[in-house]
Amino acid sequence: MATLDPADLQAVWLTLKLASVTTLFLLLIATPLAWWLAHSRKWYKGVVAALVALPLVLPPTVLGFYLLLLMGPHGVVGELTTALNLGRLPFTFYGLVVGSVLFSMPFAVQPIQNAFEAIGKRPLEVAATLRASLWDRFVSVALPLARPGFLTAIILAFAHTVGEFGVVLMLGGNIDGETRVLSVAIYNHVEAMEYSAAHLLAGCMVLFSFLVLLGLYLVGGRSARVTK
Amino acid sequence: MSGIHTRFQMQLESFVLDAEFTAPATGVTALFGPSGSGKTTLLRCIAGLERAQGSLQMNGETWQDDKIFVPVHQRPLGYVFQEASLFPHLSVRANLEYGYQRIQPAERKVQMEQVVEWLGLSRLVERGDVASLSGGERQRVAIGRALLTSPRILLMDEPLSALDSTSKQEILPYLEGLHRELNIPVLYVSHALDEVARLADHLVLMEKGRVIASGSLRDTLARLDLPTAHFDDAGTVIEADVAQQDDKYHLTRLDFAGGNLWVGKVDRPFGSRVRARVLARDVSIATQAPQGSSINNILNARIAEIHDDGPGKVLVRMRVGDSQSLLSRITSRSRDHLGLVKGMYVCAQVKSVALM
Repeated sequence: MATLDPADLQAVWLTLKLASVTTLFLLLIATPLAWWLAHSRKWYKGVVAALVALPLVLPPTVLGFYLLLLMGPHGVVGELTTALNLGRLPFTFYGLVVGSVLFSMPFAVQPIQNAFEAIGKRPLEVAATLRASLWDRFVSVALPLARPGFLTAIILAFAHTVGEFGVVLMLGGNIDGETRVLSVAIYNHVEAMEYSAAHLLAGCMVLFSFLVLLGLYLVGGRSARVTK
Repeated sequence: MSGIHTRFQMQLESFVLDAEFTAPATGVTALFGPSGSGKTTLLRCIAGLERAQGSLQMNGETWQDDKIFVPVHQRPLGYVFQEASLFPHLSVRANLEYGYQRIQPAERKVQMEQVVEWLGLSRLVERGDVASLSGGERQRVAIGRALLTSPRILLMDEPLSALDSTSKQEILPYLEGLHRELNIPVLYVSHALDEVARLADHLVLMEKGRVIASGSLRDTLARLDLPTAHFDDAGTVIEADVAQQDDKYHLTRLDFAGGNLWVGKVDRPFGSRVRARVLARDVSIATQAPQGSSINNILNARIAEIHDDGPGKVLVRMRVGDSQSLLSRITSRSRDHLGLVKGMYVCAQVKSVALM
């Protein structure tokens, strides 16, 4: 049967929602972090940079395992969220968001940091001598000049979250409509020997990822040409 | 208290910047010295781009002392960097307007039309893309952008050094023009003596992070105890007025206190002020008025000082009139042959005069 059943559709929707929310949070966190990493001369900058890059080398299951412990009933974060009446994060959508944000952090921070570093100090100094305050310089000079970096960060963070499996499984499990994302749904189909359903989902994912990337590269390419 | 009073101390990589100087509230003050003498760092300290120990008073306003540090964007200054550093994501017009839009409307004394006229920007403004501008054009836009903030002081960090000589020649007349149009002090960092001689009124000489001399351009360039006197293109400047045109010989007579000089025809109205530069190597000395010489300009002078200038050479400083100095670089052999000593009356033969 080459049709998506409602559960699969739910998984697709959940995946897109997770990737969008994760990317949004990542931009909010990664932008100031990347700015700090690009401009700080503090000795512990290397420590922060290494922590941010850690998910690049860690197996997702390791990250998921520690997050599960931290956010669980006896973890620091778990106790905090319970005390704040937020309930527990594991096996919920927002637990997945937290895991995804951490897991995709380097993919968002590094392109933005590289873009900020490539701008250098000069344009910001020029803006300062032209009466722009720090915030004004950031908005009117740093952000527009770093646009290619932001575009790369968005593409990578989104795509990386869509493709995530290990952290989700460790942290979110397999709850229909709550934490069952595409990659987990495909895994389920394969486990159950439903290869045609797995094919359909996998094929859709390939097509979707390609279209997203194509769209962003086309838009990015055009805007890059305009600003040159 | 008008003028600029500054004193900064800062540890740099290879030396300590420990500079103090006072500059007048009008005219162009050149911060002059060899590369790596701390001129640019000093200028950056004045702008607030670098934070050093010290103090800075600008026309009686404190921009920095032990307690105060006015941030860069709150200092009413214009800064022109070595490279034009136009914003690549903005059009030429948006670059020009960037600072203009960020000052209070009541503070906008310099208007777009004025800047476009002074700097010849009319055709450039219509061109959208800054990437299409040549090096000289970019620097003109950068100067215009700085001026449109209606600054109370203009800081320029070797604005010509990144340009080829054609672009330099293109931009110099505009810089001289600004000097006349603007009634604000300009601090101009340079390591090119000819540029300084052409543009500056006041000179601050730097060496290894220290100010070794400061004073009017004319007096400072005439001092034999300073390194500038030993440059190959050492010389003095003379401010003179156009006094007579000789159409037959295509010459112009320039008068100054102490004498006159005939130079190649200057197309300027009678009475206009021009600046001439006479290099020490272009001046020779005779003890009597020479007979039958091809040299047009022979000035009566009195030796004020003789100073060694490397093996076999001496520099002679002469007074022409009450206030004008003239330098001459001659061999020590000539000095001994002619028996030149301080106080002696001589004839200075000026072989060539460069008009600025």
